[in-house]
Amino acid sequence: MNIIVCVKRVPETSEAEITIDKSGKSIRTEDLVYDINEWDNYAVEEAVRIKESQGGGTITVVTLGPQDSQDTLRRSLAMGADEALHLSDPALFGGDPYATARALHAALKDKPFDLLLTGVQAGDDGYGQVGPILAELFNLPHATMVTQLTVQDKKAQVHRELEGGMEEVVVLELPAVLAIQTGINEPRYVSIMGIRKAKSKGLRELSRNDISLAPEDCGPAGSLTELKELFLPPTGKVAEFFKGSPDDVSVKVLEILKEKGGL
Amino acid sequence: MSGIWVLIEHRRGEIREISYEMLGKGRMVAEKLNQELSAVILASDTKAYVDKVKKYASKILTVEDKQLEDYNALTYQAVLSALATEKAPSLLLMGHTSYGMELAPRLSAALKWPLATDCIDVEVENGSIEAIRKMYSDKVNARIGFRGAKNCLVTLRPGSFPAEIDAAYDGEVISVPSPLTTEIQARKFVEFLEAAAGEVDITRADILVSVGRGIGDAENIPLAEALAQALGATLSCSRPVVDKKWLPKERQVGTSGKTVKPKVYIALGISGAFQHVAGMKNSGTIIAVNKDPKAPIFNVAQYGIVDDLLKVLPALTEKAKALRA
Repeated sequence: MNIIVCVKRVPETSEAEITIDKSGKSIRTEDLVYDINEWDNYAVEEAVRIKESQGGGTITVVTLGPQDSQDTLRRSLAMGADEALHLSDPALFGGDPYATARALHAALKDKPFDLLLTGVQAGDDGYGQVGPILAELFNLPHATMVTQLTVQDKKAQVHRELEGGMEEVVVLELPAVLAIQTGINEPRYVSIMGIRKAKSKGLRELSRNDISLAPEDCGPAGSLTELKELFLPPTGKVAEFFKGSPDDVSVKVLEILKEKGGL
Repeated sequence: MSGIWVLIEHRRGEIREISYEMLGKGRMVAEKLNQELSAVILASDTKAYVDKVKKYASKILTVEDKQLEDYNALTYQAVLSALATEKAPSLLLMGHTSYGMELAPRLSAALKWPLATDCIDVEVENGSIEAIRKMYSDKVNARIGFRGAKNCLVTLRPGSFPAEIDAAYDGEVISVPSPLTTEIQARKFVEFLEAAAGEVDITRADILVSVGRGIGDAENIPLAEALAQALGATLSCSRPVVDKKWLPKERQVGTSGKTVKPKVYIALGISGAFQHVAGMKNSGTIIAVNKDPKAPIFNVAQYGIVDDLLKVLPALTEKAKALRA
């Protein structure tokens, strides 16, 4: 069973303070910590588990982005992927999800696979589009929000997360494109040593020419949408802040709990 | 052709709330562009749904087919591609839900119509449609343009607009023959699975002590448990904590977990992603502790503390124990 996993290196933004840069179209990233996109980490783990249980096959991880993205590829190789492709040509950067998916498709179109996995979305821009668009470009069945995956007899049975704690079970013919939801498994720990050891595994850089994509199909020119500006959300209603030492604020919290919570 | 279309989302015979939220927003956009608002219903039998949305749109487009009994990304896409190609609406609104997230990007690529996902608003600028969406853990808004396209797609984030809407249309029903000629085999719906009942029912608690990613490590969970115990409260959590298996799914608050309404909700290290907020925003009083003063959780909380929760937690537990001793 051959599996392709699309991964992305993203900044951690949920715990960090975010500011908009001078261009007005991106955020300042110099103080942010980068790692593999959380959803993609689960997707890589799922691929490795399938390979381990089925025996054999090749896992290819692919990414599009600047040189630092190779950290994410090396990390995925250390988890158990066999080879990595890096779309590293700046001509391919700056596109919307459609342009990104077209570049990935161009890079992968001659590579036979049974499963193509992505994360449901990326933690930075949160578009959640690349997986389903790849399914359309490959003309393959797809499912997103996958919380459980069983592969058997050229079919994939998946559980999809719905709202309100419900799930649905669907069966897809392989090959298929699946977007993996967080929590589907417990991703293995990756040590620095493991990443070093994985250095011997193949990592190939690809340019726009290598994937035979016309300039007008790449980056902003090849995009259907345009990010016109970033702006801070209107402040709106904000909490009343308690200030002081942990003991001071605790006293205030307990007052609220007595008054409102019947403590 | 033109028009604003809203794809009505339904499951197990019920219209999902997001459908009404989209009809409300869709009407505003339609009025601004002086275009007609249509509700689009795909189902094996559309009648019950038509009756429910008739007054909220001037046209109701229905497609009936046995293969549309349950949502399926492939059947929906085949039908919507054919319908949209023929009638070319200016805008097709879908929910940013488990269904819409799966369907919209693929439909966008098939039609080569631009798509903005997870939008909190749709605006009309000089006659052009633009979408506003959240990025970077909801801390930044982005304005997305459609590069002059005549047709576009938007998925709308649930809860962005009220579901209680007012309108007095008497929608004209237009029944469109199903374009599905063969049975789609590549993906089949099997069944729904209900959430498993757990040992603890967090929806019944008066006070919830809820932990998020900021708790940092599984070994810090007992600190939150100790506080919950000291307060006679129940422990709940946000999604990342369940994903990491630090607490069981039955404790999860949010769209994919439970909706709670305690008297007091204490959010510890929860940044306030919309999926979480949707599950707790109607709590009586919300107190949030977070390191980032700009975390979206402080926009729903009445009271906030900007600090490391690992410092606040032990202090609060000690004070609570002393108070209740």
